[in-house]
Amino acid sequence: MGRQRPIRNSYDGDIMSELKGTGQQTADAPTPEDAFHEAAALDARETDSQSSGRNGGPVLAADGTPLKRSLSRALRRQKLRALALIAPLLIFVLFSFIIPIGSMLFRSVENGFVEQTLPLTVAELKNWDAESDTLPDEALYQAFVTDMVAAVEAKEHTKLGSRLNYEQTGLSSLFRQTGRKIKKIDPETDGPFKDKLIDIDDKWGELETWRTIKTHSVRYTNGYFLNAIDMQRTAEGAVAQPENKRILITLFMRTLFMSLVITTSCILLGYPVAWILANLPARSANMLMILVLLPFWTSLLVRTSAWKVMLQQQGVINEVLVWLGIVPDDARLVLINNQLGTIIAMTHILLPFMILPMYSVMQTIQPTYLRAAKSMGATNWTAFWRVYFPQSVPGIGAGSILVFILSIGYYITPEIVGGTKGVFISNRIAYHISSSLNWGLAAALGTILLAVVLILYWAYDKIVGIDNVKLG
Amino acid sequence: MPDGSTSDAFVAFERVQKSYDGETLVVKDLNLSLPKGEFLTMLGPSGSGKTTCLMMLAGFETATHGEILLDGKPINNIPPHKRGIGMVFQNYALFPHMTVAENLSFPLEVRKIGKSEREAKVRRALDMVQMGEFGGRRPAQLSGGQQQRIALARALVFEPELVLMDEPLGALDKQLREHMQFEITRLAHELGITTVYVTHDQTEALTMSDRVAVFDDGRIQQLDPPDTLYESPQNSFVAQFIGENNTLEGVVKEITSDSAVVQLDDGELIDCKPVNVSKVGERTKVSIRPERVEFNKDRLKEDAHLLKATVKEFIYMGDVFRTRLSVAGNDDFVIKSRNAPDQVRLKPGQQIEIGWLPQDCHALDA
Ligand SMILES: Nc1ncnc2c1ncn2[C@@H]1O[C@H](COP(=O)(O)OP(=O)(O)OP(=O)(O)O)[C@@H](O)[C@H]1O
Ligand SMILES: [Mg+2]
Repeated sequence: MGRQRPIRNSYDGDIMSELKGTGQQTADAPTPEDAFHEAAALDARETDSQSSGRNGGPVLAADGTPLKRSLSRALRRQKLRALALIAPLLIFVLFSFIIPIGSMLFRSVENGFVEQTLPLTVAELKNWDAESDTLPDEALYQAFVTDMVAAVEAKEHTKLGSRLNYEQTGLSSLFRQTGRKIKKIDPETDGPFKDKLIDIDDKWGELETWRTIKTHSVRYTNGYFLNAIDMQRTAEGAVAQPENKRILITLFMRTLFMSLVITTSCILLGYPVAWILANLPARSANMLMILVLLPFWTSLLVRTSAWKVMLQQQGVINEVLVWLGIVPDDARLVLINNQLGTIIAMTHILLPFMILPMYSVMQTIQPTYLRAAKSMGATNWTAFWRVYFPQSVPGIGAGSILVFILSIGYYITPEIVGGTKGVFISNRIAYHISSSLNWGLAAALGTILLAVVLILYWAYDKIVGIDNVKLG
Repeated sequence: MPDGSTSDAFVAFERVQKSYDGETLVVKDLNLSLPKGEFLTMLGPSGSGKTTCLMMLAGFETATHGEILLDGKPINNIPPHKRGIGMVFQNYALFPHMTVAENLSFPLEVRKIGKSEREAKVRRALDMVQMGEFGGRRPAQLSGGQQQRIALARALVFEPELVLMDEPLGALDKQLREHMQFEITRLAHELGITTVYVTHDQTEALTMSDRVAVFDDGRIQQLDPPDTLYESPQNSFVAQFIGENNTLEGVVKEITSDSAVVQLDDGELIDCKPVNVSKVGERTKVSIRPERVEFNKDRLKEDAHLLKATVKEFIYMGDVFRTRLSVAGNDDFVIKSRNAPDQVRLKPGQQIEIGWLPQDCHALDA
């Protein structure tokens, strides 16, 4: 009820005169307010009869407990039952979605491992100025040897090596070798350790090594995020990656650009299909709808592989073009293992996600609008562009959001048909998850991707309005 | 049935037929012509082909056979947007994504009329339907009647010579409906527009039109001014369809050029006017309006045939009394009498005799 009033009040003042003008039947017509008053009156009557029977005091239920309490108990039971019904889904979502995402967000900044493995060293490093030109003093070397021996015993030193190897190549083998040789040293008796360590490997005598360890010994790091945008965390602060390691920004840009191209081609290809679907008699529309949905019923992998067969240089399309003489045999088109291949295959795969929302919006646009426009003198094109198209925009919006967000995170198809030039940021994330095992960087990339999607969604809401989106 | 000479007609249908599926004719042999400035209503039961006729005229359907002329020229091959016909659709078809003013200026924009002139015309059209302040609203923010008025203004704003309206008042309540009926006829006459109006409400047809075309079964059953239509129906369909009507069945006993005697199935004789009957022995349906039935013998001719009737029910309706009688085996025979000071109030069970002037009672096809 509360919602009715502001809406009424938001009408211009003149609506009231309008209502008065139309006379009785408006005044007699039941309004929501009437219903509200009636309901309120009914409530009052009920409570009256209840309390009058018990001459005042709190209203009691049949078993003597206060009515309020037994009511809330009854409601609580209802709520619990409802909760129990959705509990399986809730738990499933919690474990399969919320917790993993939370852990991913956390992993992109979490960096406790260095401090855990080398606690004494990290404490000593605090006293060393990384900007200075002198190596750390003996105390630090001693602390390091103590830590290292413990780490070797716990077999943690290789993991630490891999972790630090993300930041400076060569540290992985340094830790492995040092771990092997350090067993001969007893941290209690064999000091001083500085020269011994430098004997084991020259790198322990280099400032760079210690700077790297110090920079990455913090518990929470922005290092992964810096890496994700082609920068790195150094003792001097954030600096750009060397030229040859900068690929992630390019990949992000490429992902966004190609998703945009895919979305646009889905709109261009899908709009006429949706239009035909919406304007065909029901029987033929159903047939066509099956064709549109067919891709959904085939495995994604099969479809993508089929594109490989179609698009490769010895593939169906090239063979036909050569046979027709359109393309010379020695200059076959490169349609796959590049951006074009990714765009073609993904447009095909995502097309239904564009067509379905557009179709459901177009179905609600009555043909009389077009007729009305034409009767007023609009040509077919004007009628379409000025009257039909604006009304179909919510469908385009919904389809675009779906397709864009799906393609921004797409992985399998670019992997198979994209070659090196046509891969997306998700392929890089997959690489860091399964090959380089740099989960922190993968998490940072994933977080940025999530943020980009949210920002775009927000921007869309600001510009077009999410209320304008109809998904069905 | 005057189907008129088509030479001076503004709109003419000539032997038009229409079939959607190639099997049944929805419009069978339609001949119709209307002069400039006429307000013609197409009235008929659902599915009788009224909308189809309008759509053919507007150019959204093509005639299967025959010709449609506008101002003497055949329009079968002119596309809809070049016909210059204003149209009000049954569901208004106001563009939901445009404001009221934008809706109204749309037909002007596509005619490439300059901005200032456009604005002036839109304002005038809005004022014409008394919706001047609503230009900035969206159609969804208007009541049904207001939307209707905007649809009307939009159909008129580009000053078409011919306006088609397809049940434009179908969704309105009675009071608003009556108000709009008045508004539409006023505007049509003020602006001198030729109007083809479709409805299946017969009161609406009678009160608004210069002439009414009664449709049934894909044909025009009668095309006449409202009074002729009501007072001299040409066949029993029209008699039944227009206004309240009592029907008695029988066989023609005597017939002259302007009067006839019909023997009802229970043997009684009545006077009537032959319309659709020509010879003695023919079966006929006799039709008489409730308000033309007399039970006061003084008002009838001495030699008039009278019928015995039993009063079944008396209903007080304020301005009139409505009495249901049992006459010649028909229990639903209704008479209406004006609530005048000297008017008799009949009582259920009362036996009376009724009669009528021969010209008020029509012997129609069986
Ligand atoms: N597009 C169409 N395809 C096939 N048949 C149609 C089509 N439009 C109308 N009909 C048929 O033609 C006949 C006449 O339809 P029409 O719409 O002209 O009736 P109407 O007189 O306007 O009725 P109403 O008062 O209900 O609007 C109906 O039997 C209808 O089923
Ligand atoms: Mg109709």
